[in-house]
Order: sequence, then C-alpha cells, then structure tokens
Amino acid sequence: MRGRDITSVPLSDMIATLSNKKKNRLPKILEHASGDKRFKILEAHMKKHQFKQDALIEVLHKAQELFGFLEDDLLLFIAYRLKLPASRVYGVATFYHFFTLKPNGKHTCVVCMGTACYVKGADKVLAAVEEKARIKAGETTPDGELSLLTARCIGACGIAPAVVYDGAVTPRQTPEQVLEKVKGWIGHGN
Amino acid sequence: MVIDDLIEIAEKERAARKKHVVRCCMAAGCMSSDSKGVKEALEKAVKDAGLEDQVEVRGVGCMKLCCQGPLVQVDTNEPGATVEITTGNQGPLYQRVTPADAASVIGTLKGGKTTVQCGDPKDPFFTEQFSIVLANSGIVDPERIESYIAAEGYQALHHVLREMTPKDVVDEMIKCGLRGRGGAGYPTGLKWATVAKTPSLQKYVICNADEGDPGAFMDRSVLESDPHSVLEGMAIAAYAVGATQGFVYVRAEYPLAISRLQTAIKQAKQQGLLGSGIFESPFNFNIDLRIGAGAFVCGEETALMASVEGKRGAPRPRPPFPAESGLWACPTLINNVETFANVAPIVRKGADWFAGIGTEKSKGTKVFALAGKITNTGLIEVPMGTSLRKIVEVMGGGAPDGGRIKAVQTGGPSGGCIPADALDTPVDYDSLMKLGSIMGSGGMIVMDETTRMVDVARFFMEFCMDESCGKCIPCRAGTVQMHGMLTKILARQATVRDLQKLEELCEMVRSTSLCGLGQTAPNPVMSTLRFFRQEYTDLLKKDLYGGPNGNGNGEPKPAPTA
Repeated sequence: MRGRDITSVPLSDMIATLSNKKKNRLPKILEHASGDKRFKILEAHMKKHQFKQDALIEVLHKAQELFGFLEDDLLLFIAYRLKLPASRVYGVATFYHFFTLKPNGKHTCVVCMGTACYVKGADKVLAAVEEKARIKAGETTPDGELSLLTARCIGACGIAPAVVYDGAVTPRQTPEQVLEKVKGWIGHGN
Repeated sequence: MVIDDLIEIAEKERAARKKHVVRCCMAAGCMSSDSKGVKEALEKAVKDAGLEDQVEVRGVGCMKLCCQGPLVQVDTNEPGATVEITTGNQGPLYQRVTPADAASVIGTLKGGKTTVQCGDPKDPFFTEQFSIVLANSGIVDPERIESYIAAEGYQALHHVLREMTPKDVVDEMIKCGLRGRGGAGYPTGLKWATVAKTPSLQKYVICNADEGDPGAFMDRSVLESDPHSVLEGMAIAAYAVGATQGFVYVRAEYPLAISRLQTAIKQAKQQGLLGSGIFESPFNFNIDLRIGAGAFVCGEETALMASVEGKRGAPRPRPPFPAESGLWACPTLINNVETFANVAPIVRKGADWFAGIGTEKSKGTKVFALAGKITNTGLIEVPMGTSLRKIVEVMGGGAPDGGRIKAVQTGGPSGGCIPADALDTPVDYDSLMKLGSIMGSGGMIVMDETTRMVDVARFFMEFCMDESCGKCIPCRAGTVQMHGMLTKILARQATVRDLQKLEELCEMVRSTSLCGLGQTAPNPVMSTLRFFRQEYTDLLKKDLYGGPNGNGNGEPKPAPTA
C-alpha cells in the first residue's frame, strides 16, 4: 500500500473490494475442493470431531498427512468448515513447528539436535550434509529431492547421534555414514 | 467387567505361559536397530526348531540398556513354580542381536552354543535399580491388555472403586508424599485435593506427555512399554477428583507411543475398564488422545491446555491455577506421565510402603534417562537420594574410552550443569535446586572434558530462543539478546562488561518472565557461570585500553605514566 493515497479511495469502495475478494475466493476454493478426494477425507475427519473448533490441531494434522503441507487454500477451507477466522487457523498452523506451509522434498533427512545427540557430534553430522547438499537446515534442494531438517529431540538419546531418513530412525551416525546414505538423493540436478 | 473376570483373564494368561519366554525389546530405541526383524526371525527360528509349544517370543517394552540394543532376554520358568509372570528370572541377556543371530539364540535352548554378545544381568546397571514405574517395562507386552492384567493390572482401580471413597484416595496420595515428576515437584496429593474440593459439574484429568526436554526419554519409554499403568493411574485420579473425561497430550514426535496408547485405550474400552459403569460402579471415565505439534512451551500446563483447546500454545498467568480453572474454565488435574504411573503401585502396596522409599522430603523413586558421554546409556530408576556419583560412575560405567566426566546436565534447557566435584550430591528436588539446577523430568546428560560449557549454554539458549512463544517480552527479547551475547563471547568479541550485562539480563529474565520457560531459560547460563566461570573469562577480549569510561573491562583507567 506504500505510496498510494488511501484517502482518495472512498471508504465504501474499499469495503466493497475487500468483501468481493473474500467472496470470490471461497467459491473457487470450494470448487477446487469438490474435485479432490482428499478434501472429502478431510471433511469426514472434521465430521468425526463434530466440526468442533477445538479439534483444529487434529484437523491440521490430518490435512498435513493427506496433502504433505498446508497451502493457503487448504487453511481457508478448514477455517470455513470449522467456522473459525482465517487468522486463527493461520496462527495455529504457523505457531507449531510440526506444520509446514511449504512442500517438502521427495526424501527427508532429519538430524536430531537434542542435547545427547549434540554432545555426541550431531552438529558435525549436520554440517557434513549441509556442505554436501549445499543447503541449510530447514531447506530443500532446488531439484526437490532432499529436505534437510533438524529435530528438537526425537527421544532416541540412548542411541545418539540419531538421524531419521524418510521416517526410519537410524542409530549412531557419523558424518561418513550420513553422506553415504544421502548420496543417492543429492546431486541429480548438477 | 467384575473382579472375577479380571482374575480369570490373569489366570488364563498365566496358564498359557510356556516354559521359555524370549523377550525381545520393541521400544523405539531398539526398533531403530531393527528389533522388529529380530523378533520375526526369532519366531521363525522357534518354528523351525519345532519348539512352538515350549517357547513364547514376546515383544516387550524398554529393557533399559538402550546403547546395546536390540536386546533379547531368554527366561526359563521352572515347571509348576508359582513365579509371577512379571518377574523375569535373569536369564542370559543378548545384546546387539541381528536377525541372523536368531537361530543360534533359540539353539541355546536345545543345548547349543551362541557367539552373540551376552550381557551380565548382575551388572550394577541392573542390580542397583529399584523399579516401581518401570516394574513392567521389558516384561509385559505393551500391546496386549491381558499381559498387563496378569501383572496385577487394574486391580488397584478395582480396589479404589469398590472399597475406597474419593476422599480416602486423596488422603492416601497426601500420605505417600509423592511429588510431581514433571520437574517442579509440587505435592501430588495437595493438587488432587484442590481439584477434588473445587465444586464443578465438569472436571478434567490431563496427562502431560509432551516430553519436550531434549535429552529426556523416560515418558516415551513408559508410554511405549507400559501404557496401561498410565491409563489406570489416570482413572484412579479421575475417581478421586470427580472427573469424567481425560486427555493424554502426547508429542507428535513419538509415533510409536501414540499408536501403543491408541491400542491400549481401545483394549481398555473393550474390556470395560474405561467408559461408563467401570467395574459395575457408577463411575464413568473416558480418555482421548491429543497429539502435540512440536512446541516445547506446550509442556507448560496452561499452554498445554490452550493447545488441547485447539489454540496456539501460549501460557497465561497463574492464578487461577488449573486446579481451579483450567480446561474450558473447568477444574483440571494435570500430572506428568511418571506421576500417573506411580499411582497404581501406591494404591496396591500402600502409602506407607511408598513413603519408606527415598529421602525425607522426596519420596519414592525417579526414572532418569542417562545419555551423552557415558558408557551405559539407557533408562534407570533409583530411589530418591541416590548420589549422582553412584548413578554416573557405578551404574553408568563412567565416561567411555577412559575420558573424564566434567559435568552432568539435568533438567534440560531449564536445568543446569553440575560439576564433577559435586557428584556426591544426593539426587532429590531440594539438593539439585541448591546447586542451581532442577530435577526436571529426568534427562541426565553426561559431558566429558571435550565439551565446552559456553557452547552448551549457547545451545540451550538457542533452544529457548526458538521455542519462546513470544507472549511476554522478557522471554521473547531476552533470550535473543542472551543468545547474541553468548555468540559474541564464543567469537572472542566480548569484554568483561558484556559478561556483566549477560548476568544482569539473566537475573531480569528469570524474575520477570510469565511462565516457566522464560523463568528457567537463564539457568544453563547461570549454572555454567557459577561453576565454569573460567571458561567464559578465557574467551573474553583482552583489549585493555579502550572505551570512553576506562578500558571497557570494568576496571579503572590506569593513571597515565609520566
């Protein structure tokens, strides 16, 4: 809005534009939703919770499980169905680390950075992958093959340092072992 | 379900017991080393050897010595003996078993030999343990309710419902002296009493299983190994305080614990041990699961309740305490997993028995997750008041490869580092508090000479900075500033004055933050400054003559030499 003289636009026009925007977006989302089976499954899940507003986190979990990540339309759809303001849904989705608003890579490599893993050298493991894949923790390679993530603690402290490859927890990792494991997932683009 | 049905299930389970029980650890630690494959291979080996009528392969919960997983223990029951099904009688404990080893392990039952590494069940790591919470861990099958019932499960609930009034139960909890195992150590009985006497039509019981402390995995192990003991504890608590609905709030990072809990709740409902009219009494109680979504602050009780209500997990000021106005403004009892797991044994064996264990002010036992630079990593349960030295050096076996232990970190990001020369401190709530640390939920990370303490302090500060919910300013801005200063110190850019500022800021954040996260966030810095100050001062910049007011080191400007 910077640089534009707001006062020159009549207030009634502004409200009309805003409400039009809102009105226009919803049918589109619903149309999009009607053609997608996953929305039906999600709606059934909401029904199971009787469309209760306090089931929002459960619904978001299900949505992420179905879609892989939470895109704007999906969040608006959930807000509409649970009769919640979009700000509240967006607020919850961004508050919790578990929810992601960006698509993940085909493969994920989660390095546990809990205290036990840290004192046993998880930082070196992470640095090795970061260097090899040329991405930072939390990023995905440009070819969409590998997402490198860190975890706060996966509770596998007895077998530290632990790394989770595509959901499989693997114990006692060294930088060499990690590079061997992710070798096939990186470097296809260049 | 009446008591006769319960006894019948237990007896049927005991009668079905075979001569040999091969227990295979199926907790998350060993599962990641393919213990599932080991269990399948063991089952196949039993079949191949034609020993199906003599050998039972049982998937069990955590067998404690996680660093040597997958673990397999072979028990032999004397025919006709009345040994409890629960007591494993110390057969050989095989370590780091692979599926290929299965045949030779089963072969030993026919008099064969095996080359699989065999641990010593007489090792102090096992013999010094005193199990209450973990009594069933590694013994019962967590996925079968019958196995728990055979281990006297749900008898405490029956006793409470049929023979005690809610007030009796609360009195018993006060008498036993149990204190909250989540870290703060609030007397459990008092909390129950407050909820019980607050009048309300609807009350809730919540089990806090949002074990966010990095380096702690006790609650995960309890949930994976013995979920029914937690459910039973919750049901007893609900009866005592008059609640009808319970929630277990588990972190999403623990998928196995979630699935075991789901199974356990389903089975308990099928058997009529949860639901309406439990044991044909008028008592109704249901438990639902709530899955967390990765926010450390949700371990704080008011934030946790906000999260159960489907909101952002931001804490709110107390009072009102949850015991008076909690979930949906109803009185809410909220306890940790380990606290609930203590309840059924206390009812079964009596408050006096429990009060006889531990120290004067800290009763009972505590489960610790031993990890870091230590030979034996895994789970231990010891009576309160056991010295740290015994835990770390005798049971844990000291630092590996001849290293020297430098410090023990307890309480996660809210706790502190205890230096090696204070290792003779007994472990209880008050002694640890005196050392500037806290009991916490029970994570114990051992650090050796190679660990730099400033680095550790910054690691925890980074954690708190990321996890701060942003509601109150001391925590939101303070953690960022403290992290910046620690980074500056590590980069050798800081002066004495920065260190002073850091200390002032620590004090300010500690005393003015809204919730426990902020109030305890400076603890790692403060405790490392207290015991390892030298490491900080060694990193300070030595530019002596600069700055407008003296030399920037807090010392007076030296007089100019003529």
